[in-house]
Amino acid sequence: MSDESAETGDAETDGGVRAFTVRLELVDEPGELLRALAPISDSGGNLLSIHHERGNMTPRGHIPVEVDLECPPDRFDGIVDALRDAGVNVIQAGAEHYGEEISVVLVGNLVETDLSNTLSRIEDEASAVVRDLSLAAPNGTEAVSSVRIRLAIDSGQTDAALAAVRSIGSDKDLTIVEPLLGGDSP
Amino acid sequence: MKLAILGAGDVGRSVADLAGEYDHDVVALADSTTATVDPDGIDIASALERKVGDERLGPKTPEAVFEADYDVLVEATPTTLGDAEPGFSHVKRALEADRHVVLANKGPVAERYEELRALEADSAGSIRFEATVGGAIPVLSTIEDSTPQAVTAVRGVLNGTANFILTRMAAEGLDYEHVLAEAQDLGVAEADPTFDVDGTDAALKFVILSNVLADGGFSLEDATVDGIQSIPGSALDLAAEDGRTIRLIGEATREGIRVGPRLVPENGPLAVTGTRNIVQIETRNAGSLHSSGRGAGGPETATAVLSDVGRLPPL
Repeated sequence: MSDESAETGDAETDGGVRAFTVRLELVDEPGELLRALAPISDSGGNLLSIHHERGNMTPRGHIPVEVDLECPPDRFDGIVDALRDAGVNVIQAGAEHYGEEISVVLVGNLVETDLSNTLSRIEDEASAVVRDLSLAAPNGTEAVSSVRIRLAIDSGQTDAALAAVRSIGSDKDLTIVEPLLGGDSP
Repeated sequence: MKLAILGAGDVGRSVADLAGEYDHDVVALADSTTATVDPDGIDIASALERKVGDERLGPKTPEAVFEADYDVLVEATPTTLGDAEPGFSHVKRALEADRHVVLANKGPVAERYEELRALEADSAGSIRFEATVGGAIPVLSTIEDSTPQAVTAVRGVLNGTANFILTRMAAEGLDYEHVLAEAQDLGVAEADPTFDVDGTDAALKFVILSNVLADGGFSLEDATVDGIQSIPGSALDLAAEDGRTIRLIGEATREGIRVGPRLVPENGPLAVTGTRNIVQIETRNAGSLHSSGRGAGGPETATAVLSDVGRLPPL
């Protein structure tokens, strides 16, 4: 038992965490959301955001909820199992559906260098999907600005995707602040 | 042990000041132009008083240090790039005279590692250089204890000036130039902070780490280095929206060296604040080890020098 809790309870947060998204569907009853989230934190996942799509029903008449969480990559399967064990319907998290998510910050003359072109090049060349974007241009769009993008990437393709982003950044004279990914050692 | 100290900056002076606590005698102390030598142990207090008072440290030339009867040469002259002189020649002379050398000077270890090891192999003396990486933090001795072969990577924050600037930018929402000026007022950043903010200083330390892991093969020109000058406050704000912050992170492996601004979890161990340093040593058999502490400063770095002296075998 103690082995088990060491395995699933105390998530390491030594920089080796990654973001994941799970899509759940919940029965529309009080307390369901809380019940669905408990297995995540109990299994060492850290909740980042919850999109509770009230009013939007799944074909089965349930409420879709998208949960972003972070955890060490080797804990993710345990979290999905814990959700299913708790009777939560996980509609997207299987190995074939979830990828890895990483955030990258780009700095430079983003507007002058055509941000939408930059983003579409990232999607094409890094085989990534831009999931989320946040732009800060405190000194106006003519000046240096920053954008944070969250990219969804196929599992195992992070290094290749980052190399592509780096090369696009160097084409456009942008500073790329990459995530520090955990080491490869177990 | 009898110590001869070359360099009377913060580190050299602190080594002289603290040597007695560690049961060592200082028989020679030199700055770039003068030296004081005494086989019975120099009077540290009055020598340091002269140094601080801008007087001559002693009546002799630095050359006289090499004629003194010492066991360990402490090389604490300023780090130079390229040929790493005059530090390299100092080490060479001491090893050729079969003495030990403890370096606080990063230049020779980062730029001419194989030459140092070749000289050491022909000498009765040994070289140690804990103080060149992470000041007071025991980085190299930890690697030595884990054996370098079992260490797969070393990552971390090894420049306090850059870290101070990024921390203040994130906390106050200020831009780089503003915080740099503040850091200079506080004495955290030098008048010319180039080597700190462009990543060179951190890169030298990670070059040393790669040299230790791979037993040589690297110099500064093998490192991929980006600084923090182009990071605006807004980039840190955006990182914070996602529970991240930006730190100047170095990585050393047997394959190479990379230093640059990276996104790390805001509450993760690598997000140290202020001038604090941290290293994460990734091992094959024991997971990750973290060690954090003061990476610079006279007395702090001197403790690393004196720990090295304590690890040296008798001559």
